[in-house]
Amino acid sequence: MMEKTKSPEESRKLLDKITFDLTRSIVKRDELTHFWYFILVMFAAVGLWGWGIQIRDGLGVTGMRDYVSWGMYIANFVFFVAVSLIGFLISSSLQLLKISWSKPISRVAEQIAIAAVALAGIIIVMDMGRPDRFLNVFLHGRFASPIIWDVTVVTTYLTISVLLYYIPLIPDLALLRDRGGDDIPKWKMQVYKILSLGWKGNDKQYKLVAHSMRVLMILILPVGLSIHTVTSWLFAATLRSGWDTTIFGPYFVAGAFVAGAAAVVILMYAYRVRYRLGDYFEELHFDYMGKLLVFVCLVYLYFNINEFWVPAYKMKTAEGIHLRTLFTGSYAPMFWSAQMLGLILPILLMLFPFFRKPLPLTIISVFVLIASWLKRYIIVVPTLEHPFLPVQNVPDYFKHYSPTSIEIMITIFSFMAALLIITVLAKMFPVITIWEYAEEKGIDKEILAEPKK
Amino acid sequence: MENKSRRSFVKKLGVSVGAAGLVGGSSLLSSCNQVETASGDTIKLLTSSGELVEVSKAQLKPADMPSLSENQKRGRQGLPNRKFVMVIDLSKCRNARECMKGCQNHHQLRPEQHHINVLQMQDAEHTAPYYMPKPCQHCDNPPCTKVCPVNATFKREDGIVLIDNERCIGCRFCIAACPYSARVFNWFEPRDAEKYEGVTYNIEANVPQKKGTISKCLFSADRLRDGKLPTCVSSCPNGVYWFGDQNEDAVTNGTTHETTSFSKLIKDNAAYTLMEELGTKPRVYYLPPKDRAFPFQGEIEDHHS
Repeated sequence: MMEKTKSPEESRKLLDKITFDLTRSIVKRDELTHFWYFILVMFAAVGLWGWGIQIRDGLGVTGMRDYVSWGMYIANFVFFVAVSLIGFLISSSLQLLKISWSKPISRVAEQIAIAAVALAGIIIVMDMGRPDRFLNVFLHGRFASPIIWDVTVVTTYLTISVLLYYIPLIPDLALLRDRGGDDIPKWKMQVYKILSLGWKGNDKQYKLVAHSMRVLMILILPVGLSIHTVTSWLFAATLRSGWDTTIFGPYFVAGAFVAGAAAVVILMYAYRVRYRLGDYFEELHFDYMGKLLVFVCLVYLYFNINEFWVPAYKMKTAEGIHLRTLFTGSYAPMFWSAQMLGLILPILLMLFPFFRKPLPLTIISVFVLIASWLKRYIIVVPTLEHPFLPVQNVPDYFKHYSPTSIEIMITIFSFMAALLIITVLAKMFPVITIWEYAEEKGIDKEILAEPKK
Repeated sequence: MENKSRRSFVKKLGVSVGAAGLVGGSSLLSSCNQVETASGDTIKLLTSSGELVEVSKAQLKPADMPSLSENQKRGRQGLPNRKFVMVIDLSKCRNARECMKGCQNHHQLRPEQHHINVLQMQDAEHTAPYYMPKPCQHCDNPPCTKVCPVNATFKREDGIVLIDNERCIGCRFCIAACPYSARVFNWFEPRDAEKYEGVTYNIEANVPQKKGTISKCLFSADRLRDGKLPTCVSSCPNGVYWFGDQNEDAVTNGTTHETTSFSKLIKDNAAYTLMEELGTKPRVYYLPPKDRAFPFQGEIEDHHS
């Protein structure tokens, strides 16, 4: 709810406080910051080194072979595409529905969307046997291949997500340019000056922002739905048991909201604690995010029941073999922990208000997020271990897949790189849209445009 | 079974256009042994049977070696007015695996890489086990070529599904798409990579193999261009394979060289295709494993270990 317009004096005071609070992430440079950067960069570098080995020696350094020819990298890819979909849900769908509590969370969701979709693009290149021929996708692209659809929608989604992040950032950048404290490093101020594109803050400009945001929010709806639907088709377009199903599109989209909502909760909590933003990411936000998470979990549970119960009722030969590995076979521990700890238990717990408080909800979200990753892994791997024809005349390690240290290194790289993108964004730009927040609090736009005293 | 007396399908194929940059035959092998001692100045050559030989440079005469681009062009077009088809007689297969050996030599494959794989099959719990050679099925509705993002694998007019390892990006979507597990990947440097260095790529044999790209059975398209039967067909000692042209309605047995009517052969023997319910329309037909000439000796493995 928009608050009543305040007096100029009150407004100025409040704006100073908001700006002070929301630039804390930009100003803060302590030991922990350095240590965090060090950890991220070091692990990312180790992963890149692993990729170097993989390029030199071939994809044989992974656990993949001719039967299980997609492994952890593809699981990561699907996971990242899934997580990125939260941008579509929170900063577009909820905004278009005018659900105002989600406003301060939009930028968090957009940070996650950008980082995740960027890493989805990178990890898929790391999975290629010939990454040097990446351009062939554009030179010889065949539009009949779902991979081409995926490349098209993922790049479009990344572009729109960056715009959805950047456009509402422009007034903030101008605000920092004009009112930023002396504690903000000079080079950052320089960046704000350039990126604010000479923003003046008049009505015409605000209208333009509002209009372009609306266009982008509508544009991202079909694109967002497409990215995960098309990603699911990479599997559903094949004839293999476990993948050969018609509900993969909505099943993946529902699962994506679960993973993304959990990621948003975790990041909100991190900002709340680390940058002391308790007044901004309030208990109320966690409570609503908890309810949202319950809702998307229920939808996902519904799809899971359809996805597993219907074939399990029939137990067709090949499907039956696949389902037995999941229910009682070698993947049973992973399958049941993902379903129980990542879906059913969280739903039950989050029905109680206590578990929607910041810390309990964050802990639940960590479980949900890990389970989401495991779920991607068991979507990709077990199906490939059971082709229609027997696996014979090959060494034993062709028959079962387990990731090698190189794959784990590259996976760690991808997570560290995603966190690095998020960290850099948080250290460079406010994590909540200052001008929107100020507007909500009843601060007049003219005050925003005032230069620093 | 009616035998059209050696109506040589093989001869009809023999429109050999420049022998795909390969120097022919074993006579060359024997001659170069003597020369090698005289002069150390030798060059490596790949024979049409897939062997790598060294010959003295002095012995070389200019042959019409098609360039890479020419190879690529004609490799994508295929042989005009042909529809290649294979018939595998399961009642004859005794798991000699000569087809697998010949194939691996021809296509520069590692021991664990199979363009053709002889599987031990058992259809249901109490039915008799049998051996089933399984090459690429060269489907008329190929799931693999559909999903290729760069048109590196494609279906030719003569029915053969080929793979262009000069273009393949190694995404392995085609492996995921193939229900017959017919495709292999070069996870490492291919076998004997150093020996094949500098050899012009022949798309119809997919040789030299390249690290990070896909390979699969090609019906020995390079040999077909020379008017020869595929390597596996010729290497079989037991008369398992029939190979020919559906347009001509003639198939030739690789062991006995007997030629017969394709339609009659599949009709008389109740031939079937693998997993026809998937709608892939294979070009490989199987004759049922009845009255098997040899007993099954292996231990039947779990199909989905």
